Amino acid sequence: MSKKEYSDIPGTFVFDADRSREGYHLNQFCISLRLKNNREAFNDNEEVYLDSYPMTSEQREAVISRNWNLLLELGGNIYYTSKLAANDGINFQNLAGRMTGMGVEAYRDMMLKGGRPIEGNRTNDEWEKD
Amino acid sequence: MARITAGVGCSHVPAIGVAMDTDNTNDDYWKPVFNGFKKSREWMKKQNPDVIFLVYNDHCTAFDASCIPTFALGCAEEFKPADEGWGPRPVPVVKNHQKMASHIAQSLVLEEFDLTIMNEMEVDHGLTVPLSVMYGDVKPEQEWPALVIPLCVNVVQYPPPTGNRCYNLGKAVRRAIESYEEDLNVVIFGTGGMSHQLQYKRAGLINSEWDNNFLDLMTRDPLAASKISHLEYLRETGSEGIEMVMWHVMRGALNDEVTEVHRHYHVPASNTAVGHIILENNT
Repeated sequence: MSKKEYSDIPGTFVFDADRSREGYHLNQFCISLRLKNNREAFNDNEEVYLDSYPMTSEQREAVISRNWNLLLELGGNIYYTSKLAANDGINFQNLAGRMTGMGVEAYRDMMLKGGRPIEGNRTNDEWEKD
Repeated sequence: MARITAGVGCSHVPAIGVAMDTDNTNDDYWKPVFNGFKKSREWMKKQNPDVIFLVYNDHCTAFDASCIPTFALGCAEEFKPADEGWGPRPVPVVKNHQKMASHIAQSLVLEEFDLTIMNEMEVDHGLTVPLSVMYGDVKPEQEWPALVIPLCVNVVQYPPPTGNRCYNLGKAVRRAIESYEEDLNVVIFGTGGMSHQLQYKRAGLINSEWDNNFLDLMTRDPLAASKISHLEYLRETGSEGIEMVMWHVMRGALNDEVTEVHRHYHVPASNTAVGHIILENNT
């Protein structure tokens, strides 16, 4: 993949056409959980339900293990993966607490104090210095 | 003739809808968010629009990954609140001004904005939360005080339309509305933002200084605001902050000179900075 102008933003995936293509079946699986009947079928038997979505074995494994960051690394998009999280009773803020590695409490506390500052969080260089 | 009298910029954080639906707007966490909309609700009563042209983004509800229109105009008779995974929001069905929507669709395509036309569509929190914050609680068995014409903008898959494209679309929307013969008071909403990143290791990013500068530009230099690059949104306001391109449709539909009658900014609502502005067309 050629270098993209947004590839130096740290800790961020830009859900572009390439990622959309790679994550298509994974994301379509996730969004299917918007509907109650589908959630029930999935929760009844995850493996059987996942057979309807021809995702890669790595993506499938990331779903089963609820590896939230790996799901994004493999082409998932947060608006889709959040439906899998919601199925598990995890809301957006708690999901962010997990993805950042901070934990739910520390993340919520950071947000109450004004969020993650932009200083030091603009480029990969700034993250690599640490 | 129909006329656009004012514009509203407003975040559409889903958790704001949940707070209203579960009656938690007075707790310590939410009170400062909703206090900033008290004046807006009084303003809405006084302004009393016949029609709201509401620019928002669908969150993979009407459009999953199989179909991603850049601009989609709601032309259906009505729009039901969708089940986004936790049951539909307990708010009224949204009623369209269907004849005016058809007129706008025709006008915009002839102005070379190649829209997708939606004759069936459910709407998610992106549309209903701005209505809720501006009108307050409206029960499902009641009606929204105004008819609503929804315009969905893709901001989920990169790239969304440019700020410039959105700004010019706003101008074309204005021409379409002003060429509609019924005497109607129309208010246009631009929704989404402000700075926020929902995903991965940089989640929680907030850039208040940038956001407030953006609100300043909305009032006094919309052309400069419309030139902000996608890269700047992504880097400075978080991957989901790029939703703010939708505000340019609203701003493009107003006069160059406007009066800012209200502004509200608060951090946080869940993962997001809440921004809100009301701009009236100078007459």
